[in-house]
Amino acid sequence: MKLKTALLATALSSAAFAAQAAELTVMSWGGAYEASQIEAYNKPFAAMKGVTVNMVAADNPGTPIAAMVEANNVTIDVADVELSDAVRLCDEGKLEVIDHAALPAGVDGTPAADDFVAGALASECAVANIVWSTVVSYDSSKVTGVTSIADFFDTAKFPGKRGLRKSAKANLEMALMADGVPAAEVYSLLETEEGVARAFAKLDTIKADVVWWEAGAQPPQLLADGEVVMTTGYNGRIFNAAIGEGKPFTILWDGQIMDFDLFVIPKGAPNKDLAMEYVAFATDSQRLADQAKYISYGPARKSSAPLVGLYQDGKTEMAPHMPTSPEALKNALTNDFEFWADRDVELSEKFNAWLLK
Amino acid sequence: MSDTILRTADGKPLKAALMRASAVARRRAFMLVLPLLAFVLITFVVPIGQMLSRSVTNDAFSANMPSVVAWFAANPEGTEPDEAAYAALVVDLVNAANARTIGTVATRINYDVSGTRSLFTSTGRKAKNMEAPFKDAVLAADEEWGDKVVWAAMRNASAAVTTTFYQAATDRKLTDEGVYAKAPEDLRVYLTLFWRTFVLSGAVTLLCLILGFPVAHLLARLPMRISSLLMILVLLPFWTSLLVRTTSWMVLLQEQGILNNMLVYLGILEDNGRLALMYNQTGTIIAMTHILLPFMILPLYSVMKTIPITYTRAARSLGATSWTTFRRIYVPQTIPGIGAGGILVFILAVGYYITPALVGGATGTLISNQIAFHMQDSLNWSLAAALAAMLLAAVLALYWVYDRLVGIDNMKLG
Amino acid sequence: MADTKTTDAFVVFDRVQKSYDGETLVVKDLNLSMPKGEFLTMLGPSGSGKTTCLMMLAGFETATHGEILLDGRPINNIPPHKRGIGMVFQNYALFPHMSVAENLSFPLEVRGMDKTVREAKITRALDMVQMGQFANRRPAQLSGGQQQRIALARALVFEPELVLMDEPLGALDKQLREHMQFEITRLAHDLGITVVYVTHDQTEALTMSDRVAVFNDGRIQQLAPPASLYEAPQNSFVAQFIGENNTMEGIVTEISGDKCVVKLDDGELIDAKPVNVSKVGERTRVSIRPERVEMNKSRLQPGAHTLKATVREFIYMGDIFRTRLSVAGNDNFIIKTRNAPDAVRLEPGAEIEIGWLPQDCRALDA
Repeated sequence: MKLKTALLATALSSAAFAAQAAELTVMSWGGAYEASQIEAYNKPFAAMKGVTVNMVAADNPGTPIAAMVEANNVTIDVADVELSDAVRLCDEGKLEVIDHAALPAGVDGTPAADDFVAGALASECAVANIVWSTVVSYDSSKVTGVTSIADFFDTAKFPGKRGLRKSAKANLEMALMADGVPAAEVYSLLETEEGVARAFAKLDTIKADVVWWEAGAQPPQLLADGEVVMTTGYNGRIFNAAIGEGKPFTILWDGQIMDFDLFVIPKGAPNKDLAMEYVAFATDSQRLADQAKYISYGPARKSSAPLVGLYQDGKTEMAPHMPTSPEALKNALTNDFEFWADRDVELSEKFNAWLLK
Repeated sequence: MSDTILRTADGKPLKAALMRASAVARRRAFMLVLPLLAFVLITFVVPIGQMLSRSVTNDAFSANMPSVVAWFAANPEGTEPDEAAYAALVVDLVNAANARTIGTVATRINYDVSGTRSLFTSTGRKAKNMEAPFKDAVLAADEEWGDKVVWAAMRNASAAVTTTFYQAATDRKLTDEGVYAKAPEDLRVYLTLFWRTFVLSGAVTLLCLILGFPVAHLLARLPMRISSLLMILVLLPFWTSLLVRTTSWMVLLQEQGILNNMLVYLGILEDNGRLALMYNQTGTIIAMTHILLPFMILPLYSVMKTIPITYTRAARSLGATSWTTFRRIYVPQTIPGIGAGGILVFILAVGYYITPALVGGATGTLISNQIAFHMQDSLNWSLAAALAAMLLAAVLALYWVYDRLVGIDNMKLG
Repeated sequence: MADTKTTDAFVVFDRVQKSYDGETLVVKDLNLSMPKGEFLTMLGPSGSGKTTCLMMLAGFETATHGEILLDGRPINNIPPHKRGIGMVFQNYALFPHMSVAENLSFPLEVRGMDKTVREAKITRALDMVQMGQFANRRPAQLSGGQQQRIALARALVFEPELVLMDEPLGALDKQLREHMQFEITRLAHDLGITVVYVTHDQTEALTMSDRVAVFNDGRIQQLAPPASLYEAPQNSFVAQFIGENNTMEGIVTEISGDKCVVKLDDGELIDAKPVNVSKVGERTRVSIRPERVEMNKSRLQPGAHTLKATVREFIYMGDIFRTRLSVAGNDNFIIKTRNAPDAVRLEPGAEIEIGWLPQDCRALDA
């Protein structure tokens, strides 16, 4: 009997405690990326509002929050997800709608709707915070003179192994761009059987030389180990290895495929209002620019670009390392989430069947 | 006495008395296993049951498109979708768009017919402004709605219980005529992967046996003091995380890795003729054999430990050479261990996915990697469940065959 | 020994030594020769080296020094399977995955005999041990005694001239053991085979063997036919080890021919036969069998020494009475008397006088 009372009292008091202290729980991707968000968003927000902001990590936050909403047991207030997940989860009614009109204007006074780069507000349930990209990078101590995405597929001119992510996404687009297809036409061409066949035919030319990777940490490692001389990878990871750790890696911006990471609020989030405030705060011009100090992902607002300063080492100018820098944007493709939402199943199967051949 | 039932001294039936007498003991025994029973039920039986049910049920369409489902129920298969069908479609699309369930519906149909996700979402946005005749309105929005295969997929999805995912898991697809047939060659994945998984697991099992048998024999024969020391070496890999072990193999085996460097240094290999031991089946087999070896050695060891040396001596004294003794006397007696180790290693190998994902490259990945892909990336859990269920069925079938051939009672796990 | 080189010796151990660790000898300087057809038992406590000797003969252990000859041939370098020696093991060692017939067939198959020959031999061997109807059983389906018979049949089926048995009856109950003892000796004599039999059970050794080699501490203490082993042990170890025995310690005070007088430690004088003593003043341990102690003075030689004894315990054992006495400071002095109609049942506390014939009381090494 006594034990029961004690347990009950503990349960009640802890419930009361939870209700009392305002807390916000954000789910992100872990690693250097999460660290940059803690510094740029969580700490100032916590200081400003006098609340506690917890950060939890997941391999891909889109998956656990979908499961939470389905199980009706949501413990996350804000999650950082990929565009395709944001769109799909929104379509499936698993996210709260975020009022884009409530987002603050840029520091230069541009209304939010115009300040964000194209596609950043594509989903009514999400607000983009960064632009990241899949890029080709190479070990400049072993290869020099790489100028275009076509060089990645040219093993005669640049002998050596290539690293590619083991998925259809990004590879097919890059193959077409290397084959001379302008960025703007890539997705319309991939809608057709011929376009897909052409992409696979291009991949066939290097298939024997490919080392397939699956985790984002692998490409810099493969380069460092000398297992490959060129690899696709996420620009932030390559930047960290190159600038952060001084590895002789160079990023080839030609043919990069840009994508967004976005903040979403799962349906039934415990602190929905506070979550809305957090999203608005974290995606203002200054905060987005602050994040770029810690990691080389581009801010999703145009007005943030002039605010981006030096890397945390205090000497590296971040602007040229952004996927959104003018140099990087010369021949860049933006990931078409609609296309992939439609074709992922089929192209993944085709890709796997192609691998098995 | 004509009474054939045995009775106690006071005339009660003996059986009933026995039941009563042992009831307390049985109740107590049941209470003792209750926690484990509950644990197994909650953590094992229920999830597997859920998985199996998920592989045959998916109500994403049927629950959210009631009018279309009703039209399918009223009209037999083969009926051309008429105005009423399109009207029902528009009603459902409007409701689904408002309820934000249209993505779920679209995803479900997209499993069967690639490229239909945007068909649903975009038409859903336009549907609330549509007016009769709905057939023309819908076809005007997107003429793909006239495709037989879309309607076949919807009819197929209108029942919550479906074989779709098993069709997909066995490389069968809806054709343009709306029936399931073997998928075109460039879309066949799973059966090949199943086959490869079994072949590769078989190879790993065989390799574990070949490498583990002498080790287990040595351990069983050596004095306890030395054998327990060596046993630690066998168990050592267990104490290191799977990821660490796998990545160590990567360091060893990769093209610029220690092994290749050594071979080049010793002049056995040319610098440009380095062996590809990694990112292919070789890598998967090597790393998995290492990781699973203890699971072969332990049951073998425990069986060999119980085989007295006198059998070997008896055979030798009867005139058998050491090879004949090994083949005809020793090996047959280790069969329970070989069976247990073999089945253990094989089943574990069939389900492995981290190692093949890291070292398997294009040719060394297994069906479990596809299951993981559908669990984590494509989020098509029903297909993942169907693949997993097939894997489970295959393992159970193997178990059954083993039972028939060797006998499960003959299996010794340690 | 002088006879180790005789030509009719079938098995010869010639100065054989065995060490496992290079520091201690398990078998010390073993010399033994046995003629064809002999049933020889190696008897001794565990660790006395008897099993090691058997294993060296079988070929599972190699002699560290010395030579073992079989039918005149040195066999040190012949592997076990080429020695053609049948062997029966303590726990039968029947192959559990083979039927009885397959077990018996095994030695014939490895000798390349064809099927009809094999079947005839198997049938004959099984009939020999009265197990004909069990050919298709598995060993696990047989009782211990039945398994023992099969093990015997298997060791004999390929008609070896020498059969080794390593405590083959150790796992059987008493009655079965006695029965099997008889059967094994009968078979050995009928087939005319030479048998080396290892046991730690002295009754088995005495009832079955032509000769018994008593092992202790890596040496043969005495090699003799059962009767002389019991009646005339050559040293106190053998006297102690074989049968029941009363001992008393003392000093030799007189010695003349086959008679001596021993002064026991409590001052009593007794008559004994000098076996292992050679001079006056030597310490000795005298040994007398319980059944040779006499309470009836009239049966003693005139002038024989007698001792006073106090009855401590009287044990009724059916066919005999066993009485424990205190004699000359030894509280464990046992006497045995036959349960004859006129036998006296002694009461504890009774004072009696005992004596013996001098030739039954052996003065051995201390």
